[in-house]
Amino acid sequence: MAYEGKGVWCVGEVQHGVLSSSLFELITAGRKIADARGETVTAVLVGKGVSAKAEEAASRGADKVLVLEHDALEQLVDEAHAGALTAAAGAEKPKTILFSASIFGRSVAPRVAVGLNGGIASGATNISVADGKLTIERGAYGSAVVATVAVNAVNGPEIITAAPMAFERSAPSESKAEVVNGTVDPSTWTQNTEFVSFSADESSEIDLGGAEKIVAGGRGLGNAENFNLIRNLAKSLGAAVGASRAVVDSGWIPYKNQVGLTGRQVRPRLYVACGISGQIQHLAGMKSSDVIVAINTDADCPMMKMATYAVKGDLTEVIPAMVSEIDRARGSSNGS
Amino acid sequence: MGIHIAVCVKRTPSSASVAIDGNGQIQTAGLPHGINPFDEYAVEEALRIKEKIEGSKVTILSAGAAESEEVVKAALALGADEGIVVCDPAFDGSDTMATSLILGKAIEKLGDVKLVLFGKQTNDGESGHMTALVGARLGRPSVSAVRKVVESTEDAITVERAMDDGADTLKLALPAVVGVSKEINEPRLPSLKGKMKAKKAVIAKWSAADIGADAALIGKDGSPTSVVKMEPVPSRGAGTVIAGETPEDLAKNLVEKLKETKFI
Repeated sequence: MAYEGKGVWCVGEVQHGVLSSSLFELITAGRKIADARGETVTAVLVGKGVSAKAEEAASRGADKVLVLEHDALEQLVDEAHAGALTAAAGAEKPKTILFSASIFGRSVAPRVAVGLNGGIASGATNISVADGKLTIERGAYGSAVVATVAVNAVNGPEIITAAPMAFERSAPSESKAEVVNGTVDPSTWTQNTEFVSFSADESSEIDLGGAEKIVAGGRGLGNAENFNLIRNLAKSLGAAVGASRAVVDSGWIPYKNQVGLTGRQVRPRLYVACGISGQIQHLAGMKSSDVIVAINTDADCPMMKMATYAVKGDLTEVIPAMVSEIDRARGSSNGS
Repeated sequence: MGIHIAVCVKRTPSSASVAIDGNGQIQTAGLPHGINPFDEYAVEEALRIKEKIEGSKVTILSAGAAESEEVVKAALALGADEGIVVCDPAFDGSDTMATSLILGKAIEKLGDVKLVLFGKQTNDGESGHMTALVGARLGRPSVSAVRKVVESTEDAITVERAMDDGADTLKLALPAVVGVSKEINEPRLPSLKGKMKAKKAVIAKWSAADIGADAALIGKDGSPTSVVKMEPVPSRGAGTVIAGETPEDLAKNLVEKLKETKFI
């Protein structure tokens, strides 16, 4: 009894009142699949208060927005979010369900895949459909390798988590997709998790995961105080702050800012590596960035060799000069 | 009384130097192998919980090649009590979905497991999905990206999960499946006594039949996904060295480039 699914679902994340732009990346990926198969794209919002985000989701190129709204989904509880999505997808039978490979996606997508007897592939950086068959590309072995994975789910939907920032964000459009309210019934899932509390980070820094630009600092900064150079440059560029393992281990900055194999894997449009020599573990976390700038005193280190733009110089001199130069550039462009 | 904790570990190649053969298949034969680095934190956390809840037991479970015994023994040397390798040619080609079935069945066979721990992800496949897959297989709660165990008792585990904008605190009724990140602890080193004990330990080997895994749901044929090919990541083209004698010149020339590429 083969599964007869149709259409692509893109699951949007609304956390603490914010709709993640990862939804727009999924819509781009979903559109590619849907067009190849002559199907439609549905943006799915699941949570409490997500109805308020339906308008925003509806103007980003999906054909339909499905709202799964319920008080029981106020906070991320894996069993609950997966339960609501499993029941809705069980009824609507999409062929494909896309999630971002975020904490939300990695927590919820696998449970939905098991619940619907589907197949699951993770961390897609590219998606293609040939003769109706879906394949994805993904990084493996510390991003040293690109694996092509065929997804052939016959008993349930194809479920994919997509690497954050791997797909362009779909553009806002004039046309509005139809918004449909789905059914959420907590009795359809078993919940053995109690949500206790959420504590927000104090800093209002941009999160690395969805950042377009990242400025990262490494051991070459010399000391913790010099890490402020990184924060200044990041602020000036409107970038998130990243770090190498060495400086996280030294306690200059929290683990959540660590880029690399054992930290976060990021794909910004611009990555500015300051005083990071480029050990293979760090490169694994950022080498898919579109443009890489390296600033280092050692012109022969791996980061300088792989950089789009390599700057040989002393960070304590070059960074302040950059900040002044950027401020000047912005000043003149604002005036024109 | 205590609780029975299972830690799932994987033997993986050191990811730094993998090679790919002419058929697009990964060649790992000559590479150094060891415990997936992320799993070391799961083993450590299990030992800490065991030390807190008197009478607890830690079983190390690994699915894979027979050589997985090495990494199971490495965990025993740290203080785990028992080890099992689930190993069968029928498992070859299993994807994450099929592997979660194998691990789930093995955990069910252990019988009285209250807590299952995983590392955040493996350093080879890197999916980060296994915690939730196994949680769902067992019909039990799961939580990934755990950076702190707030409290563990015989009935429940309260954990802190790192979120993009802060941290969630969640209380999971046992049995439960928890995936931990590397900031959760600092793994210990094995003692000499531990090493001696591990050397002598007998590691049970379970087959597909032993765990009652349905042949149609394991291995290449039972996996909904399969790796078609692997290719090295193409190297980036040669970059531009920014010219300039002074920091000011360097900064000016770099910012010029960033303006051209619309970053400023």
